[in-house]
Amino acid sequence: MGSRNYDFALAIGGEAGQGIATPGDILARIFIRRGLHLNAYNAYQSIIRGGHIFLVVRVSDEEVYTHGDSMDLLLCLNQDTMDRHLGLMGPGSRVMFNADSIKPGDAGDGVHLCGLPVGDLTDNSRNRLLQNTVAVGGMMSLTGLDFKVLEDSLRLRFQRQGDAVVEENVSVARAGYDYCESNFEPFAVAMPEGLKPLAFWSGNEALAMGGAAAGVKFYAAYPMSPATGVLHWMAQNARNLGIMVRQVEDEIGVANMTIGAAHTGARAMCATSGGGFALMTEAIGSAAMMEIPAVFIDVQRAGPSTGVPTKTEQGDLWQALGASQGDFERFIVAPKDALDAFNTVPELFNLVDKAQCPGIVISDLLISEGRFSFDPDDVDMHPVIDRGELITEPSNTDGYKRYAYTESGISPRALPGLEGYVHLVATDEHDEDSVLISDEFTNPHKRRKMVEKRARKFQGVAKNVSPPAIEGPADAEVTLIGWGSSYGVIKEAIAQLADRGVTANQLPIKWIVPLNGEAIIDIVSTCKRTIMVENNYSGQFFRYMRSETGLNVDGHIRKYDGEPFMPHHVVDGVLEQLAGKTTCYVPYQEVIV
Amino acid sequence: MATTVGVAEGEPIVQLTAKDFKGPVNPDWCAGCGDFGVLNSLQRACAELGLRPHEILTVSGIGCSSNLPGYFNSNGMHTLHGRALAVATGAKMANHELTVIATGGDGDGYGIGGNHFVHTARRNVDLIYVVMNNQIYGLTTGQISPTSTIGMRTKSTPFGSVEMPVNPITSAIMNGATYVARGFSGDIKHLTQLIVNGIQHKGFALVDVFSPCVTFNHDNDNNFFKNRVQKLEDLDHDPSDWKTACEKAMAWGDTIYTGLFFKEEIPTLGGREPVLEDGGPLAFRPLGLSKEQAEKIIQRML
Repeated sequence: MGSRNYDFALAIGGEAGQGIATPGDILARIFIRRGLHLNAYNAYQSIIRGGHIFLVVRVSDEEVYTHGDSMDLLLCLNQDTMDRHLGLMGPGSRVMFNADSIKPGDAGDGVHLCGLPVGDLTDNSRNRLLQNTVAVGGMMSLTGLDFKVLEDSLRLRFQRQGDAVVEENVSVARAGYDYCESNFEPFAVAMPEGLKPLAFWSGNEALAMGGAAAGVKFYAAYPMSPATGVLHWMAQNARNLGIMVRQVEDEIGVANMTIGAAHTGARAMCATSGGGFALMTEAIGSAAMMEIPAVFIDVQRAGPSTGVPTKTEQGDLWQALGASQGDFERFIVAPKDALDAFNTVPELFNLVDKAQCPGIVISDLLISEGRFSFDPDDVDMHPVIDRGELITEPSNTDGYKRYAYTESGISPRALPGLEGYVHLVATDEHDEDSVLISDEFTNPHKRRKMVEKRARKFQGVAKNVSPPAIEGPADAEVTLIGWGSSYGVIKEAIAQLADRGVTANQLPIKWIVPLNGEAIIDIVSTCKRTIMVENNYSGQFFRYMRSETGLNVDGHIRKYDGEPFMPHHVVDGVLEQLAGKTTCYVPYQEVIV
Repeated sequence: MATTVGVAEGEPIVQLTAKDFKGPVNPDWCAGCGDFGVLNSLQRACAELGLRPHEILTVSGIGCSSNLPGYFNSNGMHTLHGRALAVATGAKMANHELTVIATGGDGDGYGIGGNHFVHTARRNVDLIYVVMNNQIYGLTTGQISPTSTIGMRTKSTPFGSVEMPVNPITSAIMNGATYVARGFSGDIKHLTQLIVNGIQHKGFALVDVFSPCVTFNHDNDNNFFKNRVQKLEDLDHDPSDWKTACEKAMAWGDTIYTGLFFKEEIPTLGGREPVLEDGGPLAFRPLGLSKEQAEKIIQRML
């Protein structure tokens, strides 16, 4: 982006089991403590050992919304990484590798090859993980950071493993640092310092923390990538925060257990990916019918079926829209980034508590497993909690009707266990006193009234949801429409387009239901040229928006190879469409991981 | 009615009778259905235990017998087919002060809900599961169920079933249930006692009940059981002996045993869960994080 003084991306590639996470984590923590903004994307496969893992960490003095378009520094932990990615490195970049075991190929012009004699630098230690520490030392030197920064970080990180481990790591890091300092030219711009230290999290951690802040007291899950991070955070924090966390036999059990807990009054949540969400769907309908508020998170991965378990996609929109049989109301929201995910969970809990219905969060691998810096001051750990019309005190009067017909459609909800409010909830259609309508005769008038009651309460509460709005210059040449996680990449693409002389703005959609179709119609009708950006093949959101608004768009940019968009993919798509070459641009994924 | 019991302190607690646990609707079961006996026994058991309707949550799945919560005066959840135990577990964990009673049929519990049956047993969730086992799918008008015997002719097995039935008693014992009993809807007194003890038991209590379907199962009708059942309580059976319990449970001839097969006292899921130690039911605890909790979370992410 034009205004950035510092924009630097490093990548670490190797196979699973080589310990990529550790140097990645050490460096990331150093960067955020310096107050730099960070966006990291880890490309991996569904294996525990072997394969190819590729972590890209981008840092800047300004906010970063994606992992960027290019790499400045590549660390190859194996030959495969060198062979795959050397060709992508541009002039001025550095490629670091263990010169004892990895042969560089033909580097492009201006690429600095930085081979490290790891054996010499580690006294031929048999601990293969030490090559990572040597490399971290070398990377620190190239980025112009003081060794002390790394030393402090290593001491902190390894202190639990004892002095010997600490000293060994500090010493080999020092060796790597010194070797690079004497042998290789550092980057021209040294890594700056930001205004204040930042923190970092994954989207899954943000979702879990959002739940904790919202007052979630019950969380259930079955492990499934890329949603498992929510379970891990919840399990880790359960005892401190008084949250019951259960790993359940399957996602059917997860969803139903969540609903059971929600019914008795706990704020309850669960998360899964598309396959698990498919198993949850009948239960989601039951929450709607019984009028029990609960939150279900679907962290999308590439499907269908088992699909591409460790890759991203925006392919579950229609699954969420159609989750469960029958015609009923549910909130569906697709946060735009990790911070938004954090804020969305408490907001959604308030909405579902008020409307007494299920709410669905659609995240994806990009947000959920990506790691992002954030300013702790932007995170409100004490959001407003509004439980709607909830009865929590006993009474000595009789005649409580759980599904009482009211003007708002909202029937005050009593928790089981309260004297004076004994009641039944049922997945069969029922009357206001919970009696199943099939127990007398299937009374069509009662059925109609109850369907309308549920719809009315939802519509009333849904009015609280803010409509979408344009971001960027109102009279832009191009309006890019996206939903959920495409927000960041579109934002960066718009900045790049401005550098290329194209003015563009963005219409980001977060709320899928309620969509606020009227607002979208008003906005889109004033746009000069609209292009829809989606991480799927069939244009799921486009088709949904068209069905709700009757609107068409002028073109599409779609990607469905499992990897997320990079900003230049969107830029290229816009430029091709402005040149009249296509109306549906599918970018080519250059980084093969 | 029970719900008229006052909330003010010092007001006398009226001893409730089985009648007080009668629900707002009369059962729509076929005349002669075994489920009437089960409902009756459950009502008697709750009265005998001095429970009050608001203290109970009855959770069912789908099927003829799963309509029971509508006929029983307590808080109720008539949930999805097969899911009663999952919902009941969530409810019990969020409010462990509730007496949770799960009810349903053999198809609901041992078929479509079989996975939850296994895992609720091994978790030893403190609830009672009363299964009205009629060895047939009744509400769908007569097909085999997981407990139908080999050779049984139904609409889905017109030439006789070729599948071995599941044995709920041995399954429950093997999966870790800590109170495993079998009753017969034709012996209300005995069944009531099994339910009373099952509710009092701390842990997962299964009471599998022979509850004959008068309309669709003509093989295993009331007379079939009446002539065969023998109460373990009348024999010298030691409920702590799981091996003999399983042997007895396998008997399916001229003698079929009812009564308490197995019982064991071990910690329940809730009892092992530190989150429930202090502070009362999760459902009634204040929401939101304390300042200290919030700071600690953020601190770890710096």
